[in-house]
Amino acid sequence: MRTIEVLGSGCPNCRRLEANALEAVKMAGVEAEVHHVTDPGEIVSRGVMSTPGLVIDGKVVSTGRIPSAGDIAAWLGEG
Amino acid sequence: MTAIAIPRFRRPRPPLALVAGSAAVVWLVAWIVEAPAADWLAFSVLNLEHGSHAGEAVAFFLEDMPKVLLLLSGIVTVVTLIRGFFPPERIRPLLVGRGLVPGSFAAAGVGIITPFCSCSAVPLFIGFVEAGVPLGVTFAFLISSPMVNEVALVMLWGLFGPAIALAYMAAGLTVAIIGGLVIGRLRLERYVEDYVWKLQGTAAAPIEVHLTWANRLSDAWAYTQALVRKLLPYLVVGIGLGALIHGYAPTDLVAAVGGRSNPFAVPIVVLLAVPMYSNAAGTIPIVQALLGKGMPLGTTLAFMMAVTAISLPEFVILRRVMKLPLLAIFIGVVSTGIVAIGYLFNFVVS
Repeated sequence: MRTIEVLGSGCPNCRRLEANALEAVKMAGVEAEVHHVTDPGEIVSRGVMSTPGLVIDGKVVSTGRIPSAGDIAAWLGEG
Repeated sequence: MTAIAIPRFRRPRPPLALVAGSAAVVWLVAWIVEAPAADWLAFSVLNLEHGSHAGEAVAFFLEDMPKVLLLLSGIVTVVTLIRGFFPPERIRPLLVGRGLVPGSFAAAGVGIITPFCSCSAVPLFIGFVEAGVPLGVTFAFLISSPMVNEVALVMLWGLFGPAIALAYMAAGLTVAIIGGLVIGRLRLERYVEDYVWKLQGTAAAPIEVHLTWANRLSDAWAYTQALVRKLLPYLVVGIGLGALIHGYAPTDLVAAVGGRSNPFAVPIVVLLAVPMYSNAAGTIPIVQALLGKGMPLGTTLAFMMAVTAISLPEFVILRRVMKLPLLAIFIGVVSTGIVAIGYLFNFVVS
């Protein structure tokens, strides 16, 4: 089971990133759960200042941008 | 389930340089033909009369809409690409441990190129304060970043020439620096929400993710599309208003409300701007029409700065990290600064 976390305040960008993450899970054919982290303290404690951030299995893979579903699927494939 | 999903991650794509190059050519051609085409459409096809109210208003709209869209799409893409190299993660170390005065100048300056989205304001604020960037310096950045952004500068430059663009930049930087200095001197640290201070030292080192050129180009284009889509209603309204002002508003009326003879013109336009929530690009058509009707430069710039810097949604977001007194002082300092700059410009440029 993989863990994907979307770090952000719930703004439109974060929701788009979450949608891309869900699509990526299907594309990559892996089992994963997607969480949304909105607590600003928690976000900063991961070392992210530009939201939305994307964390896969505890590792920050992207900040301040919305990677495509294809990119996220590729990261899932690498891990 | 043993079915093997064949991941289809990659579609074949034409080479990056080819796409970017042809886009640039199309953009240039459109930029050259759009003004004559709009004129031809308004006065030959629609058969409107030169100099009539309706004719001038329609021609303004037809010429401005594609012009602003072209400026936005082309320039925002290029500028977003460039500023992608200056994320706040990279800027922050430059501001940590600076004194208030050099720090405020530096923060206002880097605010020009650093991308800023109001939904990032909270983690950014915490990230700065937590790392030891002084409060005043953090505010200089928070004021400068949305107000003096390169999109506004480039659009002002494209539509009105370098003098007004540079004047706007100087005015915005001044407000940001003064705001930072005042808030820093007032020692308002106690009005930052307590949990922000407790986070000090708990944050992980900022993470910077490596991006390829393909990532950067597609990000910039995606950002531009999202921005244009978001701005389109504001642009239609803004350019529509601009067109009405240009075609119909009697020059006397604009002069009476916003002109030199009304000593309260500057605070009035700042108050008018508070409920208007738009970003710099959406206000520029209105600014264009107001300047054309003879509104003085200082008053016009104050209006534009107020629309972009005083945004209620951003204040609601910032309330999560600031107690009310600090938020109120922040709003007060920024609006006072804008009004002062407006008067100053009206006084100097006459």
